Amino acid sequence: MSQRSTQAAAQSRGRDMREGLRDGLPIGLGYLAVAFSLGIAAREAGLTATQGFIASLLSVASAGEYAGFTLIAAQASYVEIALGTLVTNARYLLMSTALSQRFSNSTPLSQRIGVGLGVTDELFGLAIAHPQVRPFYQYGAMLSSIPLWCVGTSAGIVAGQLLPARVVTALSVSLFGMFLAVIMPASRTDRVVRICVLASFAASYVASHLIPLTMAWSSGTRIIVLTVIISTVAALICPVSTEGDDAS
Amino acid sequence: MSTRIWLSIIVMGAVTVAIRLLPLTLIRRPLKNRFLLSFLHYVPYVTLSVMTFPAIVESCETPLAGLASLAVGAVAAWYGANMVSVAALCCVVAFVLGLL
Repeated sequence: MSQRSTQAAAQSRGRDMREGLRDGLPIGLGYLAVAFSLGIAAREAGLTATQGFIASLLSVASAGEYAGFTLIAAQASYVEIALGTLVTNARYLLMSTALSQRFSNSTPLSQRIGVGLGVTDELFGLAIAHPQVRPFYQYGAMLSSIPLWCVGTSAGIVAGQLLPARVVTALSVSLFGMFLAVIMPASRTDRVVRICVLASFAASYVASHLIPLTMAWSSGTRIIVLTVIISTVAALICPVSTEGDDAS
Repeated sequence: MSTRIWLSIIVMGAVTVAIRLLPLTLIRRPLKNRFLLSFLHYVPYVTLSVMTFPAIVESCETPLAGLASLAVGAVAAWYGANMVSVAALCCVVAFVLGLL
């Protein structure tokens, strides 16, 4: 690689990183609020602020960590903790598989791993808002959000219920707002996605409120089962064009 | 007690990291299978939708606040508002209507 193209690559990495830092910050602020309430659950399980910080750094998973902390509090075995984590986080398997198709061929393994470590609902949302994964954009977003996730967990453990509950409640909605910002523009341009979104809303409501069998499942299980069923049906009825990539 | 908690934290982290990394390290080539490509195209939107509703309604003080937050956020995102604005709008609506 010539010096000039090396410089150009470094510049575009810097630009990607800065853009990621900017887009990750609102996610981080949302994380701070959610992690704070997660910290309250961690405290009930007996975790110290340091343990909460490390747990959040290693897992970066709201539903998964919540399940884990609940199991720790219930004196569950390690096998149960592993299974609970697997089920509540299985959607990341689908997200990572989807992302694996959006890397350029020249992306080194280290960068695939780096991006993979930051696959959360929200950071995945950022990644798929662009046709191709830009590792340094993701790194930037991870840097401005994941530390706040960890700090929020510790703060929740230490400070318990200092913030008014209403503020915590209102802030937790921001995560759903971010999801909407991903699914709505795609729904506008793609009729099949639009139908999928409406079907998912309906199915999710039915599964969590009307069917006793699925109501007994954890929300993590419902999410993965519904995702597999609805996406399979959509793929069978309306397969996408195989020319080019699936980024459109 | 502390050892048990540390080991539990490590088990949680190891399982979660493995879930995230296995697909990205094992699937190196572009997939050709049309069904699989279509499936993966729909997965993100479906999974985010399933997570959003009805959870957004239930996370608010009242169902009205949740539904209004969902509606305002959905309309703003439909018309191209960016992620930050949509998230902030949802929070404001949830907070204000939660006070009623």
